[in-house]
Amino acid sequence: MKLDILHAVNEERAARRAVVIVTDVDTGAQRLVKAADAGKDSLAELIGKRLRMAKSGMEETAQGRVFLTVHVPSPRLVITGAVHISQALAPIGQLLGYDVTIVDPRTAFASVERFPDVKVIAEWPDVALPPLNVDHYTAFVALTHDPKIDDPALLHALKRDCFYIGALGSRKTHAKRVTRLKEAGLSDADMARIRAPIGLPIGAVSPAEIAVAIMGEITQALRTKGGAAEKSEAA
Amino acid sequence: MLARDEDILKAAEDWRKAGRGVALATVVETWGSAPRPVGSNLVIDEEGNFLGSVSGGCVEGAVVTEAIDVIGSGKPKMLEFGVADEAAWQVGLSCGGTIRVYVEKVS
Repeated sequence: MKLDILHAVNEERAARRAVVIVTDVDTGAQRLVKAADAGKDSLAELIGKRLRMAKSGMEETAQGRVFLTVHVPSPRLVITGAVHISQALAPIGQLLGYDVTIVDPRTAFASVERFPDVKVIAEWPDVALPPLNVDHYTAFVALTHDPKIDDPALLHALKRDCFYIGALGSRKTHAKRVTRLKEAGLSDADMARIRAPIGLPIGAVSPAEIAVAIMGEITQALRTKGGAAEKSEAA
Repeated sequence: MLARDEDILKAAEDWRKAGRGVALATVVETWGSAPRPVGSNLVIDEEGNFLGSVSGGCVEGAVVTEAIDVIGSGKPKMLEFGVADEAAWQVGLSCGGTIRVYVEKVS
């Protein structure tokens, strides 16, 4: 691989833009196709399909046997609530390769001492979230139990089409949340996108176990039918 | 900390810019049970330092050896690894799958 191609790949990834590298495996010839230029490429159809599936693979083409390396942005995890569960969820998320950001306007919670290695923003969601450029490759988790913090963040996550949206709270708490958010103009289809009660049903009790249940559910959304890749194919 | 895909490609770029001979190995095809998905990367330098993985640790040693050749020759190589059969000491995938790995020099 030529160094300039590698450099361009790294730049696109840093900017959270998808790219495809087309390699002729017989000759070693190689080129880079940015997602924005995919429609104009001679292999537009194949590249478009691979981008939607977020899947690398070998293809037989009129131009010979080529390998398409697909790079889509790495997943991010945005959490409202610098709470006990977040202290476990953030490092688990980081271990799984997510860029993790916690938003909590309550400065007593959002302290460096409690979260030494995580980006914590001690602001209200309406200030903290827009600059994060939350996108389809983002998982969003609401953990504060406080509607003043969680509700506006959930509205933002739904608007930005996050591949996973989960909210902490019992069925009763969630029913009240549904009533509030519907009054704010959300549809039943929007509400169906919020996972609540949050996490896979593994009988989690401790904050760390709940974090595992949440991360399991996020992984399921990312990797299985109905997850991020599948959804972008439908769109 | 586990290396993420972009860390691996960033390392490939940084190592090359630092003047090291570098090769990139990519899983391009898999059959049956394979430890890492198609597209997985391993970056190798001329001294055999590496980051990332193309299997669960079964064939990395062999890929690193081949990669050092590729760094020397500049010619890409396609490697294939299957289950280690009667030659039990040979490098192979204990999980029973087959993988094809493309190794190219970063130049």
